[in-house]
Amino acid sequence: MSTLLHMFNYTFIIRAFVVGLLISLCAAMLGVNLVLRKNAMISDGLSHVSFGSFAIATVLGVAPLYLAVPVAIIAAVAILKLNNNHHIHGDGAIAVLSSSSLAIGIMAISLTKGVNTDINNYLFGSILSLNNQDMIISIVLSLVVLILYVFSYHKMFALTFDEDFAKSTGINVEFYNIIIAILCSLTIVLGMRMMGALLISSLTIFPCLTSMYFCKDFKRVVISSAILSSICFIIGLSISYLYAAPTGASIVIVNLVVLCMTQLIHNVTTK
Amino acid sequence: MKTLIKVDHLKLGYDNQEVINDLSFDIQQGDFITVLGQNGAGKSTLIKGLLGLIKPMAGQITYYLNEREIGYMPQETKVDRHFPASVYEIVLSGALNRVGYRPFFNSKEKKLAVECLKTLHIENLKNSSFGELSGGQRQKVLLARALCATRECLVLDEPSNNLDYDSKEEFYAVLKELHQKGLTIIMITHDLASHEVIGNKILHLDKDNYRMEEVK
Repeated sequence: MSTLLHMFNYTFIIRAFVVGLLISLCAAMLGVNLVLRKNAMISDGLSHVSFGSFAIATVLGVAPLYLAVPVAIIAAVAILKLNNNHHIHGDGAIAVLSSSSLAIGIMAISLTKGVNTDINNYLFGSILSLNNQDMIISIVLSLVVLILYVFSYHKMFALTFDEDFAKSTGINVEFYNIIIAILCSLTIVLGMRMMGALLISSLTIFPCLTSMYFCKDFKRVVISSAILSSICFIIGLSISYLYAAPTGASIVIVNLVVLCMTQLIHNVTTK
Repeated sequence: MKTLIKVDHLKLGYDNQEVINDLSFDIQQGDFITVLGQNGAGKSTLIKGLLGLIKPMAGQITYYLNEREIGYMPQETKVDRHFPASVYEIVLSGALNRVGYRPFFNSKEKKLAVECLKTLHIENLKNSSFGELSGGQRQKVLLARALCATRECLVLDEPSNNLDYDSKEEFYAVLKELHQKGLTIIMITHDLASHEVIGNKILHLDKDNYRMEEVK
């Protein structure tokens, strides 16, 4: 225990703890909407797009967030529009976008010599990559995400459950869809550097899937996802610190273990 | 008799492909209109048009009531059965058109949701999960939500689908009750043979042949 508390003596751990906890909360809550609308792959697509723009920003020598945030927002809105397009299937569109951005990012990095170490950090995450500026931006943006989420909660529920009905009551569905897309891209861009492009989407998906095993109403699913996500993050970060394991992977594995255990308990108790 | 909705030379469709062409009829206060037609005749398209979910390609719909306060009940199969939501959460979401820019429901709206549950005799299901209900119960929940959204007009899309005979009879009895209370109802169906007509008008929607029939 004292070893665990000792980890808070390092400023980079404190930064990772604050940023990670906030990102886990936001990702889990937004994830409920994505998973229930069968749009879970959007977050995966967005993380790959963010990887591409991070790589290009590194090559150009621009601060990564300044490029990645607008690019991810544009990509999120584009994916939503493609979903409404009957000619291109949503799944296919996301797959095309994902692999292209990944390829472009890898190409951009490989063309510039001497920055090859960064590619691992972007793909698999690194808590060392967060600086103070990142922490402040993350805190501000997470608060924006949480406040917007709470204030539009009932409308989000209505349009997640039944979009046509929500539209018929006069809710501006397109507006809220764009809000969700923007919130998702912000969360993913912020969380990507710690979790890695290949792992960040799990933060949006696992907590919701786990919660749906034992929560029967929407509010409980949202609250339980937020709590589960935070707990898994704290355990994951501690494991990563204690055993010098990769942070992103540790967090995902804790999430996976919790999901499997819940499934097991569910199977045993419902028989 | 007050006209609630006036449909005038309406043309509806998707992506330049027309489904309904030149349809005109009036919905009067207190009407119970059954919309009949084969699959593909444009029944669901008409509903979407009435609710403002799709824009007319030509012609127009004039509303003499608040367009947002039409209580819509979709086909039960269109709603995800495994969605984690309680009956109360779903019915309460019907009151969203009263909320406007407020982020939360007030006590009046919460009370209204409970009243709608009582009207349909399902207040005992208030805290049940939507996924655990029977088909007939789910229909009533969706109807309660529609009721929560309206003061005068309900639009129902094939409410009798996937219901066994008894649940169907029970459901129609509830509709009759609501109609007697003064609600205007527009209901789509394709299985007229299996039940008696309960409305006062039938709108026949066949390809290029639209006519309104009064039922005595």
